[in-house]
Amino acid sequence: MQRLTVNGVTIDDTFAEAFGMRATAVVITGPNRKWARQAAVTMTGFATSVIGCGCEAAIDIELPASRTPDGRPGCRVMLFAVSTDELQKQLQNRLGQCVLTAPGSACFAGLKGAADLKLGSALRYFGDGWQVSKKFGGRHFWRVPVMDGEFFCEATTGLTREAVGGGNLLLVASSNAAALAAAEAAVAAIGRVPGAIMPFPGGIVRSGSKVGGKYKGMTASTNEAFAPTLRGVVNSALGPDDNAVLEIVIDGETSDAVAAAMKAGIGAVTALGPHRGASRISAGNYGGKLGKFHYHLKDLLP
Amino acid sequence: MKPLTFTLREAPPERLDLSPLTPERLAGLSARDIGGIRLGLSKRGLTAGDVFGISGRDVQAIVFEGGSSRFDGVGTGMTGGAVRIVGDAGAQAGRRMRGGRLLIEGGAGPHAGSGMRGGRLEILGDAGDHLGGPLAGELAGMNGGVLIVRGRAGAHAADRMRRGVAAVLKGCGDYAGARMIAGTLAVAGGVGRLPGYLMRRGSILLDRVPEELSPSFVECGAPDSTFAAVFDRYLIAEGILERPLLGARPGRFGGDNAVAGTGEILFRPR
Repeated sequence: MQRLTVNGVTIDDTFAEAFGMRATAVVITGPNRKWARQAAVTMTGFATSVIGCGCEAAIDIELPASRTPDGRPGCRVMLFAVSTDELQKQLQNRLGQCVLTAPGSACFAGLKGAADLKLGSALRYFGDGWQVSKKFGGRHFWRVPVMDGEFFCEATTGLTREAVGGGNLLLVASSNAAALAAAEAAVAAIGRVPGAIMPFPGGIVRSGSKVGGKYKGMTASTNEAFAPTLRGVVNSALGPDDNAVLEIVIDGETSDAVAAAMKAGIGAVTALGPHRGASRISAGNYGGKLGKFHYHLKDLLP
Repeated sequence: MKPLTFTLREAPPERLDLSPLTPERLAGLSARDIGGIRLGLSKRGLTAGDVFGISGRDVQAIVFEGGSSRFDGVGTGMTGGAVRIVGDAGAQAGRRMRGGRLLIEGGAGPHAGSGMRGGRLEILGDAGDHLGGPLAGELAGMNGGVLIVRGRAGAHAADRMRRGVAAVLKGCGDYAGARMIAGTLAVAGGVGRLPGYLMRRGSILLDRVPEELSPSFVECGAPDSTFAAVFDRYLIAEGILERPLLGARPGRFGGDNAVAGTGEILFRPR
């Protein structure tokens, strides 16, 4: 494999392979930043991978009070799923269990899209007949009486079919600490890219997977080619000095958002350099046959 | 293209029905056809050409240079375009309007915006009684759109309102929002007796505590209200008000419990 080097960090001549997904976004606000974040974090918990969670979700960006519909601090949260029905189900359940329940929260549409998904239109029944519909300024809201006043929620939000899930970077380092430092730098940089989320814990995955496995019924299993403890016994992708690999998985509202996020991540990792961070950047793919979107690392160099 | 302009020649000698002079009803007509439209309601048979000097050709932007309290039915049933009256209008201005923009730079008579379903009606002066309300025999009043009165409105404003937003900036007469079915009436500058009388649902938003309320309204606390915050911002963004009407913690009366009781009067506390 041909290799490039940027600031001492080797960049594999490979690509990340990603898939078309359905995505939506909501803006969650709260009485202060802490509680807006809490509602958003709770809503996006257990949403790392569609393989086991039904959806992938995370906070896209935090919004200052000046940029939310109600003048309170908020977060834009994005959710990704493989079908519109699953996305609606996940959105409704998470909104009902995690945002409606959070003190002082309110929820607004975070995306204008090709179709609508129900927000307040589904949750209004919690009002048991006391819910109030309000239409003004071309928008439709529901007010549901709750114990700290009212849950104020936009009736619907948008759905996009242009979303992409599965953009990724594999950060190979000589130690666990260096791999973590590189991954944290990448997460911080990608966090500033609008329209892109990293659904795994803190944005980082340590258990990169391959499709299928030797056991019946396993849809995904460990990616042994990048497991350092198997370096000597399998056809490994790791060199003699590689002792830890961490992955960043990126979902984007558009293909451009994924590319911008990967570029920002590569920029941060290469700026950190091979001694404090990763010595090599690679990416995961399935040979290019499964996913419609390919992001070649050599096209995304800083 | 210049706006189609109707310049009033002299004060009209009788009430005029201006409902034919809307963008959709004038579309495709020649200047001669327009001049021949009958507006008078008596056997005198006044036509548009008798009352107005007519110039310009753009029917999507109609201007009345000069108004009169005898101009009835201005902008009736509009679905688009813009109509502006440099002066007063008579009864039923913007009646059953569905879209477009109607601007009355003077005052308006009774039943302004009666049964409107969409569009934006703005009255810079005062409005008469039954703002947005139904005519006799009709079941619902205003049914959508935005209705703004920058002056004062008479009694029974937003009577039987069902949908949309009505805003009155210098106070209302008695029975504001009476028999409301739903929708939102915002009033700055105080209301008269018994606002929300027999309202079923809907919201009446006030910038002060109402003075005389029906006893079938009950006090309902004052928790933080995101709705009030969002609606205040909407009123400012639409250019309707310059400052918040309600504030973040409005007081609330629920009612009218003489009927369904799921309506509300929200007000800025003292």
